[in-house]
Amino acid sequence: MKHVIPMLLAAASLTFAQAPGPIALRGARVVTVSGPVLEKGTVLLRNGLIEAVGENVDLPKDAWVVDAQGLTVYPGLIDALSTVGLPETPAQPTTPRAETGAAPATPRGGQDLPVPLEQGPEFRPFTTTWVRAADLLNPADKRIEETRSAGFSSVVTFPSTGIFAGEGAFLNLSGEKQGRMVVASPAGQYVTLTSHGFGTYPGSLMGVIAYIRQVSFDADHYKLEMQAYTSRPAGRKRPNYDRAVEGLLESPRLLLPAEDAKQLDRMIRFAAELKRPAVLYGGHQAYKIADQVAKSGVPLLINLKWPEKSKDADPDQEESFRTLELRDRAPSSPAALEKAGAHFAFYSGGTAAKDVRKALKRAVDAGLTEAAAVRALTLSPAEIYGVADRVGSIEPGKIANLLVVKGSLFDEKDKIQYIFIDGVKYEPVPETPPPGERAGRGAPGGVE
Amino acid sequence: MNRCALILTALPLAALPIMAGQATVIRNATVLTVTKGAFQGSILIRDGKIVEAGEKVLIPDGARVVDAGGQFVMPGIIDCHSHIAADSINEGAVAVSSMVGIEDVINPDDPDIYRALAGGVTTANVLHGSANPIGGKCQVMKMRWGKNAEGLKFEGAMPGIKFALGENVKRSGSPGGGFGATAGLRYPATRMGVEDVIREAFTEARAYQKEWRDYQTKLDRHEQAIPPRRDLKLEPLVEVLEGKRYVHAHCYRADEILMLLRVADDFGFKIRTLQHGLEAYKVAREIAAEGTGVSTFSDWWAYKAEAFDAIPYNAALLVRKGVLVSVNSDSAELMRHLNTEAAKAMKYGGLNETEALSLVTINPAKQLGIENRVGSIEPGKDADLTIYDKHPLSNYAKVTKVFIDGDLYFDREKDLEERPGKETRKKALIDKQKAQEKKERKKPEQTEDKKSEEPGGAQ
Repeated sequence: MKHVIPMLLAAASLTFAQAPGPIALRGARVVTVSGPVLEKGTVLLRNGLIEAVGENVDLPKDAWVVDAQGLTVYPGLIDALSTVGLPETPAQPTTPRAETGAAPATPRGGQDLPVPLEQGPEFRPFTTTWVRAADLLNPADKRIEETRSAGFSSVVTFPSTGIFAGEGAFLNLSGEKQGRMVVASPAGQYVTLTSHGFGTYPGSLMGVIAYIRQVSFDADHYKLEMQAYTSRPAGRKRPNYDRAVEGLLESPRLLLPAEDAKQLDRMIRFAAELKRPAVLYGGHQAYKIADQVAKSGVPLLINLKWPEKSKDADPDQEESFRTLELRDRAPSSPAALEKAGAHFAFYSGGTAAKDVRKALKRAVDAGLTEAAAVRALTLSPAEIYGVADRVGSIEPGKIANLLVVKGSLFDEKDKIQYIFIDGVKYEPVPETPPPGERAGRGAPGGVE
Repeated sequence: MNRCALILTALPLAALPIMAGQATVIRNATVLTVTKGAFQGSILIRDGKIVEAGEKVLIPDGARVVDAGGQFVMPGIIDCHSHIAADSINEGAVAVSSMVGIEDVINPDDPDIYRALAGGVTTANVLHGSANPIGGKCQVMKMRWGKNAEGLKFEGAMPGIKFALGENVKRSGSPGGGFGATAGLRYPATRMGVEDVIREAFTEARAYQKEWRDYQTKLDRHEQAIPPRRDLKLEPLVEVLEGKRYVHAHCYRADEILMLLRVADDFGFKIRTLQHGLEAYKVAREIAAEGTGVSTFSDWWAYKAEAFDAIPYNAALLVRKGVLVSVNSDSAELMRHLNTEAAKAMKYGGLNETEALSLVTINPAKQLGIENRVGSIEPGKDADLTIYDKHPLSNYAKVTKVFIDGDLYFDREKDLEERPGKETRKKALIDKQKAQEKKERKKPEQTEDKKSEEPGGAQ
């Protein structure tokens, strides 16, 4: 049995990045999330999976043993809504003229395409349901390393332009080969309520809602037609292939934006009406209707980018009570949801990766328990995306995605020591200023 | 000063619900029932309904008593044409936008709801805009400030849809004249085109209706069949054809009013109301013969060519010809003094008090198909009541209290009392956030200092 101190392990990391032998983290505080916290636990990793976890684990002879005293091992964090790993301009046939509404500020390349004036049943404006994040991955995306360095082993990344933007993928941030990164795809269909002005349909919020409803009905109808046809094609009229509804039908869930109480209420009802599994994102005013969110059973992704005063706001402009109150109380939403028993997870939503812990701290300061905070970044998002059988907690058989902190995740001064992804160890890279260049980068989930 | 006050009142003031079964009595008031005359007396309210209204009403034990000595109670005002409390109003790029509906975008946080209450309004018909010959679906709402979107809906009200004729519609299709820079190409660009769009849409709707009927026939014969594709644009039009949805048609000119009535006749449906209808007085008999109502302005006109040939006698003349008439606001501001708007029909056209009050109460209730619930003070109706300090047809009248379903939603005194407290709460938030900002500003400076000390730190 070889004993290796962490420093040496770091130096050796390159050699076993390809095919790591068993690694044991011994004597750590292990926050399993699915089970009790082990104050002096050992986690054994082999072949990219968690082989064993417990207070007494028999370690194989060939294991690299890390003395993990003073370290805390968490499941690798999951950013539940992201664009990390996608190229700056995803290939999208129809580029909306984003003007108003709850649009994430998404970078767009090239000219806006003309919007056809034809409005027949097959008119599918701002719709790219069929675009798959998993097919567009760019392992060289610099943000992969940044995100990983902040403790994230996974992101759920989505195309973000349009009303039906496309299908997301649950990714491991291993960042080498595209195919290796994908844990599950499609993870869901990213929907925005972006309206595109007076000159095109849908040009209003109610138009967008009506459009989504129509596409959803069309999908149901299409399914019936296709089933009837394939069961007995002879003598039947062949239905038209429609990639827009195909993309919707293969999406296991819809991601719907809902920032304030009014929107949450609206989208909870809309999701029920559509009879499709849905996940809401935004949630800053969830403190107001946490009970309703809990009762609906619809999971909510909360944007960790808490509302702030705009940097270029007029200092003499008096803000409304509502704006002030929202800014004050938004970080108390997770606590309210925890208390109400709602299903929720976090996403970074444009928060710089390095500031995620600070944002998380605000939620904890506002009453969220640390256990619930960890869960909302690990097992809960895994459950929401239907991958809790492989990630999200420290359990034998699950993918070896781990976050190792020297101290506690909730003390900002405590350093992130390692991130394991698929059993491969990564160390956080030192912060590289300026983060400013990332500022304009569109993260999905920004809700007005 | 007044403006400030209104902004302040926008802070939420939830209704004060009365415990189930608890009764409320409004007493010593002049009660203007609208349908059953006026008297000095009391109104007994229980479970959100008017139980009794008369000169002598027994006050049950435990009842909450509201003394309205010297004051006037009337049915809550109903505005048949409003655009408040919605997150979007116009779906403008298509000539037929019946697939959209206000019901999907109700905004219960709109302070205009509270301001409408302060003007005595308890119910409003919130309409889609007027950019399309056939517009979106309307939503009748009660001004239940503090409730969520579902809570605002006037449950059981007849669904409606907006139509529009004339300038707004054709302007949306004329080069350079549209609401948006890109609206240059939309059909129709003429009044002829408007008629054509409506006829074409209902021709389509008939075909769609038949598709579903054929499907139903097949099912009845136990034949296998796939249901037709649901078409959200045509569904509301089929409802119109089947008399299940009211048409509220924005229009101005007499000729286009007649055009619309003829089109509706051809397709076998009714126009429930002509909205605005500033030239309706010219064709009052024809309108009355169709049983169509008119919801108009008291004296607001000349804001565009088709709104020039208007007279303040419009409402009164129509009433005298037997048309069901209401006076509406189409404006969040005008909405707050519809009592005064109604009073103008006394000066211009000589309506009596009851007729004038009817213009903003029982008449719009009938136009919206909710007259069995609201619009007058009668036992069995919803306790939607507005109390004024003076006669509501006076310019000097102020709303003191507004009840909806027996719950107090606006109380002028309470509002005034609460303002300082709200100011204090706001100031506390401002101070707290300023303190936080200050703290945040300090932090980055420190880290910068640190960085410059690091070797290789850029200068």
